[in-house]
Amino acid sequence: MTRTLFDRVWDAHVVRELADGVSLLYVDLHLVHEVTSPQAFAGLRREKRTVRRPELTLATVDHNVPTGDRSLPIADAIAARQVDALGTNAQEFGIELFGIDSPGQGIVHVIGPELGATQPGMLIVCGDSHTATHGAFGAFALGIGTSEVEHVLATQCIVLKKPRNLEARISGSLEPGVGAKDLILALIGKIGTAGATGHVIEYTGDAVRALSMEERMTVCNMSIEAGARAGMIAPDEVTFGYVEGRPRAPSGPAWTRAVERWQTFRSDPTARYDAHVSLDAGKVGPQVTWGTTPGMVADISARVPDPAQLASESDRQAAARALEYMGLVPGTPLAGIPIDRVFLGSCTNARIEDLRTAANVVRGRHVSARVRAMVVPGSQRVKAQAEREGLDRVFREAGFEWRNAGCSMCLGMNADVLGAGERCAATSNRNFEGRQGRGGRTHLMSPAMAAAAAIEGHLVDVRGW
Amino acid sequence: MTPFVRHRGKATALPRRDVDTDQIIPKQFLKGVERTGFGASLFFDWRADPDFELNRPEAQGATILVTGPNFGCGSSREHAVWALAQYGFRAIIAPSFADIFLANCYRNGVLPVQLPAADVDTLIRRTTGGSYEIAVDLEQCVVSDDRGFSARFSPEPYGRELLLRGLDEISRTLLEEPSIAAYERSHA
Repeated sequence: MTRTLFDRVWDAHVVRELADGVSLLYVDLHLVHEVTSPQAFAGLRREKRTVRRPELTLATVDHNVPTGDRSLPIADAIAARQVDALGTNAQEFGIELFGIDSPGQGIVHVIGPELGATQPGMLIVCGDSHTATHGAFGAFALGIGTSEVEHVLATQCIVLKKPRNLEARISGSLEPGVGAKDLILALIGKIGTAGATGHVIEYTGDAVRALSMEERMTVCNMSIEAGARAGMIAPDEVTFGYVEGRPRAPSGPAWTRAVERWQTFRSDPTARYDAHVSLDAGKVGPQVTWGTTPGMVADISARVPDPAQLASESDRQAAARALEYMGLVPGTPLAGIPIDRVFLGSCTNARIEDLRTAANVVRGRHVSARVRAMVVPGSQRVKAQAEREGLDRVFREAGFEWRNAGCSMCLGMNADVLGAGERCAATSNRNFEGRQGRGGRTHLMSPAMAAAAAIEGHLVDVRGW
Repeated sequence: MTPFVRHRGKATALPRRDVDTDQIIPKQFLKGVERTGFGASLFFDWRADPDFELNRPEAQGATILVTGPNFGCGSSREHAVWALAQYGFRAIIAPSFADIFLANCYRNGVLPVQLPAADVDTLIRRTTGGSYEIAVDLEQCVVSDDRGFSARFSPEPYGRELLLRGLDEISRTLLEEPSIAAYERSHA
């Protein structure tokens, strides 16, 4: 019987089938952060349980840590307590922790790949919906809740009903100035925020093969924004080239054996998917969201839509509500909408290639006087690499704040938040109401587009630069 | 976990689609290390609006929430389900749910009921006419009211079992120890 990439990774992790379509699966890598884990560790302690495989568990602090001066104590006492709790839990249960002072600290979905801990064919879980990121390596990687975090800590297993499989075939080649973020936003715009609910998306096609590893992570990262359980891309030479030589990657003869095994994680040419969607990369322009879900997105050359023109009553209501929140008038050209803030960061777009792309846009220019712009590298290692390349100087000279690593203003759990009514060009993944701060208005876009918006002080088509 | 077998209670409606977990429980309430104390912060930003559905007098004491498609999308935060449960909701009825939210419900004694959009619309309309009660029976997988509405629903069998028996999932999985150990030996 033919199998897809997802079928193969699933089959390789089945400990036992429990009932129709529901299996107990073995987890290869469990990533842990400070916000969704304290109640799980408390549960273990209460039941006098241990962590079954601490060596397959990795922890870091990212969601609520400050990105300013790290020599100062955390000003927010409640956040500090949560960060301390992870330190205590990691020590008590024998889990490696990349703490706030570690050079390896960073967003959990940036440091997993960076360490070579994320590898093809793995089953990876984390109490965070953007765990989908790791699927870029051909892993089955999914976000879970805190009860499941506790379950994985105690048993190294997870109980799942097998999701269906959706093929997203992206063909053609990207125009200059258009990138991975535009592809995934365009796809979400096409299938909707629940378009892949109950499915694992496999991204296929020549446009996907042409992406770098970091671009593939951007695509897979936002699979959850289409409702998918996970996103996956079959591993190839690009994948192996990225993993090789990283601290946790196999080496020597073990590397050769690993690559041989990893090459088997692919879909048969005649494999059957439950659903298909296709996208022509050559027809995708720079994308910008105008509403309060990632599916409310349009080409930068478009205008703010008129809710009255939308097909269903539900669409009309949702769009009208979104425009009211966003303070936008139907028919307004997207290019030209003034912004107050720019956020270059998040697990979607804060890796070194993202920072290089943005730096190339801002080099020799200056941030608009009306804009406060910040760069929050995805990890301290990304930050160090950028500094070796002089990118920090490029950003600082252009008027950007250059900060320490964390989730930061993607979700605004730390001090990096929008004020009410402030409008932000963001490279992150969610434009929900209040996501970046109560009353804040978020427009999602690529790093190149956000960088250009910072300079101009309004949304702008980076292709015109 | 408290088992869920059947429940009859006051229903209230939140007729919006794509209600994300950031709305259900905003990030500033995720900094704690406990599983309790979230009920008062449910829909915190929206509740600042006096006209918000849950602020209306007729919504007080509701234990069943009837809402739009793709409820619980976005972040994996289980705090969203804790907040709904601690506020008093035992069941959520919607045309569709986000996957992680659904898994979190089954592990916290909150029953997610998926019904066709037309049925959900009917229930939403009936909540607007004063106090309105719905009965949800998980053993029979039936939702009904006193005005003749009755519809079957199809919960995930595993989630249904967790809810019906109020199971501690970890204890259940630990019974699989021989299989887990065998898997580990064959993949060492």
